[in-house]
Amino acid sequence: MSTNTQVAAGTAAGQVARKGKPQLSEGARAERRLGWLLIAPAVIVMVAVTGYPVGYAIWLSLERYNLEVPQDIKFVGLSNYAAVLSSPYWWQALKVTLIITVFSVGITLVLGMLLAMIMHRTLFGRGTVRTAALIPYGIVTVAAAYGWQYAWTPMEGYLSALFNNSAPLTSEYKAIAVIILAEVWKTTPFMGLLLLAGLSLVPEDLQKAAMVDGATGWQRFTKITLPLMKPAILVALLFRTLDSFRIFDNIFILTQGSNNTGSVSILAWDNLFNALNLGIGSAISILIFICVAIIAFLFIKGFGAAAPGTDIGKR
Amino acid sequence: MAAVTTTSRQKVGWGTTNFVVVALALIPVLWMVSLSFKTPTAVLDPSFIPKQWTLGNYTGILKTSTFIRPLVNSIGIGLISTFISVVLASMAAYAVARLRFPGKAVLIGMSLLIAMFPLIALVTPLFNIERALGLFNTWPGLIIPYVAFGLPLGIYTLSAFFREIPWELEKAAKIDGATPFQAFTKVIAPLAAPGMVTTAILVFLACWNDFIFAISFTSTIASRTAPASLAFLSGSSQFTVPTGPIAAAAVVITIPIIIFVLFFQRRIVAGLTSGAVKG
Repeated sequence: MSTNTQVAAGTAAGQVARKGKPQLSEGARAERRLGWLLIAPAVIVMVAVTGYPVGYAIWLSLERYNLEVPQDIKFVGLSNYAAVLSSPYWWQALKVTLIITVFSVGITLVLGMLLAMIMHRTLFGRGTVRTAALIPYGIVTVAAAYGWQYAWTPMEGYLSALFNNSAPLTSEYKAIAVIILAEVWKTTPFMGLLLLAGLSLVPEDLQKAAMVDGATGWQRFTKITLPLMKPAILVALLFRTLDSFRIFDNIFILTQGSNNTGSVSILAWDNLFNALNLGIGSAISILIFICVAIIAFLFIKGFGAAAPGTDIGKR
Repeated sequence: MAAVTTTSRQKVGWGTTNFVVVALALIPVLWMVSLSFKTPTAVLDPSFIPKQWTLGNYTGILKTSTFIRPLVNSIGIGLISTFISVVLASMAAYAVARLRFPGKAVLIGMSLLIAMFPLIALVTPLFNIERALGLFNTWPGLIIPYVAFGLPLGIYTLSAFFREIPWELEKAAKIDGATPFQAFTKVIAPLAAPGMVTTAILVFLACWNDFIFAISFTSTIASRTAPASLAFLSGSSQFTVPTGPIAAAAVVITIPIIIFVLFFQRRIVAGLTSGAVKG
């Protein structure tokens, strides 16, 4: 009897599959049409504001196009790229951007982990800590940047007084350290909250079992917590790295990119708005775009970070 | 487990830890507040608490159109961008969460790509396009890019929220005799509202916070937003440093946001972590 029903079920499923493939039912087709209709406005806006300009930027980057000499617009092939890549300014800006990215993301990861553990484990005042942590997240970056700038002004700022009234914003590496500090302060809460969400997925029982088996706190952290949190950590790292690579606001306010502290974004902005050179500016923009694509690719392929969104439906 | 073994030493330890976290988060903000209340001469004094208090910085900036107009721009542009983003993102997120159609993965992938996009890469071409279309230094000139960057955030967060809604309730309401409109307004809309509010908050914060587009696509106070206007504030005379006014302006644009964030903290945390961790 059971074989009978199985066979029957099998053929029924087969029929559905056969019918579904060549010709969608009216309902499925209507659903499909509605789906496309609903996403259309969003897709049109996103493509119009990002897709088209990127294509246009590629075209601009192949032209000699300076707004100060608008009559001299000419197709010059890859020579803008050659000019950028052979310029020490590009490599200096890339170096600064990478230093800021590596240090700010690294420090943020460690502090964010600490913050997440504190929010997860603290015996009291959990709400207060979380509330306080959201303040740097909510603050307008530019407003915070002015605060940092004044704090480090010699003779006038509270932080400057702590460090013998030196003027850190006027020397390259000290200024970069100040920029990193401002970034870390602003972004640690975001990291902490993402990691806290990952931390809450680590089963408490497993921790207890390990404790019974005599594992130390450090062992439990490295052998249980970290491996289980790997997906959450990688997603948080990916977000933060790409975000940090685009750093602009803090540098713009703190140093304006003087004393070799400009990031690649600052360099592109300078070439556009101070030199009014659309060709070179676009070439830098495209190079930044390529760098970001490489970072994302490394994270997703190299570290096996699940690209957020791609795993929808799989889990 | 922890509660049973709590000792006074642990209590002190956690108390200190919590205090340090709160202090680190707050001190830079309090410094700005302190600066904003200092008189032009006291501003040169590094002490944390002002020796002479004044409201002059606030009355000063609130009198000039160089700050008031950008503040109005920021609120207007932020609200319009948020509204359009959330409406369009809701439509798309509904489709993603509820309907079966090819191209869904492409949409999600595209949104993610845009969310991680280097903004500066768009500044050069958009600057030229906006000049050609006459959008440069206008409200739409900022609203359009803000909507484009609000959308990925919106689609991502909203589709995570929409997937959690028990949609069978809609059918149940219809069986009970509700019209489709009633089923939507009385059953689905109240369930979807929290997610939409959260998304609106996150999108508004992103628009309010933007600096790079705001300084690139505006040239006068006709459309310059509040964060971009900070750099154009001056002291009470041209010989005084504008530290006080800038600090006051920074406080004005920050404090409402902080209150807002604290008021909606649960929602914001849920929104920030909904897509990223659950995946």
